[in-house]
Amino acid sequence: MEKWQGWRKIRYEAELDPDFPREIASIPGGEKILTCIQCGTCSGMCPLAPYMDYTPRQIIAMIRAGFRSEVLSSYTTWLCASCYACTVECPKEIKLTDIMYAAKRLAIRTGVYPKKFPIPILASEFFKSVESTGRNSEGRLILRLFMRTNPFKLFNQSRLGLNLLRRGRFSLKRESIKQTGELKSILKVLEREHMVKAKDELVPESKVRP
Amino acid sequence: MTYLYFPGCSLKSTGRAYEESVLEVSRALSMPLTELEDWNCCGATAYMSISELKAFALSARNFALAERQAGNGEVDMVVPCAACYLGLNKAKRYLNEHPEIRSKVDEALHAAGLEYKGSIRLRHPLDVFVNDIGLKNIAELAVKPLEGMRVACYYGCQILRPYADFDDAHEPTTMEKLMQALGAETVDWPLKTRCCGGSLIGTVPEVGLRLSYILLKEAKRRGADVLATACPLCQFNLECYQDKMKDMFGENIGLPVVYFTQLMGKAFGLPDNRLGLQRVFVPLVSPKRAKAEVGGVHVSE
Repeated sequence: MEKWQGWRKIRYEAELDPDFPREIASIPGGEKILTCIQCGTCSGMCPLAPYMDYTPRQIIAMIRAGFRSEVLSSYTTWLCASCYACTVECPKEIKLTDIMYAAKRLAIRTGVYPKKFPIPILASEFFKSVESTGRNSEGRLILRLFMRTNPFKLFNQSRLGLNLLRRGRFSLKRESIKQTGELKSILKVLEREHMVKAKDELVPESKVRP
Repeated sequence: MTYLYFPGCSLKSTGRAYEESVLEVSRALSMPLTELEDWNCCGATAYMSISELKAFALSARNFALAERQAGNGEVDMVVPCAACYLGLNKAKRYLNEHPEIRSKVDEALHAAGLEYKGSIRLRHPLDVFVNDIGLKNIAELAVKPLEGMRVACYYGCQILRPYADFDDAHEPTTMEKLMQALGAETVDWPLKTRCCGGSLIGTVPEVGLRLSYILLKEAKRRGADVLATACPLCQFNLECYQDKMKDMFGENIGLPVVYFTQLMGKAFGLPDNRLGLQRVFVPLVSPKRAKAEVGGVHVSE
């Protein structure tokens, strides 16, 4: 079994985090997660479900039960390629893709994402590039991803790199917008704003119940 | 009505052929596209995994710039990249539907002296070509119809999910109609909106490669000569990794994967090098010759 496929863990109820479902439900439209009927349509639709450590349906059940650390450190949320197949099929209109995003952001914010796993590293490198220049430079992004995960794997990619280069499809040029100052002042305003509310900002449980 | 073109990062690098063919085909259809000046990242998938509000603000800056560039008239932003199309579309909807998000993003835009009025319409070129220009006008331009070419139309995930703005989310047919109007045959296959794996092919190749391989294998089994895509990441995954798939699954696929706009340009009789067809890994074989050749060896026209 691959390391990232994980396994089920048993938890004592006292170790669960009862605020976790409300944290996730605090994203716009997120309260619908509390109406999940566990039908499993999301897992059936998900093309990545066979590779996940917990299926999408399990993730919803775990969020609702308060399995905070398991959800946030799972590979499932990062394997979600955001194809929205679950979101369009859910009979209870739960925006599961957005919930996966919320879990990713919470995992990055609290530093519990699976370390050395390339997907969160790709996301954070992409983010850094856009923060500083307003654009992503594809060639540089790929190089930095390999440098931070496994530089030796870069050799396996040399054939692809050369093929792209020969066809004018690969460049290490640093892409940038002209008005970087303008963009920085926009992003600065939102520096401390989060879509997933912090625990002390959560509305009382009675008001979230649908 | 103004059409402003939003390229995004891929159409300037790995997906250059998409940009080249979209612009060339638009010119041929007498609807030249002007690029949005100083556009920034749409805030798609990878960025949204870190900060969603900032992703919406990135999109909002693009909207504000587009409104400014277009003056007071209506603006249609034409977005060929599926991830940008969805990223911008999602931001637009969240800004419209959630006042608390709108006020925060507006405040951030004001800090930079920008304003988003809310008049932007987001359009995929597939939608613009078929619904604004019309199949009849397109068919009239097809001087070299794609006769005998069997096309598997692949929409990928993000053009019609979760927002099915111009076609059905489960069984879209816009691209099929377009290809048929150009003289091609279309292949009936059930995976046309199934995910290609996105960036997983780079991050977790064991998984990403298999997802893309499933699509190619099925398209080939159903008799496709070529697979047409509408997304730069799908095109990259499905075409550039075919040699890696051969290493992993022991099957040489050799199926050309091109943008639907490249096939349009081909039918319009435009030269290959203006459509970016010199940039493909698996050459597009002209169908009549392909039948004579065994094993689909490349024959250039």
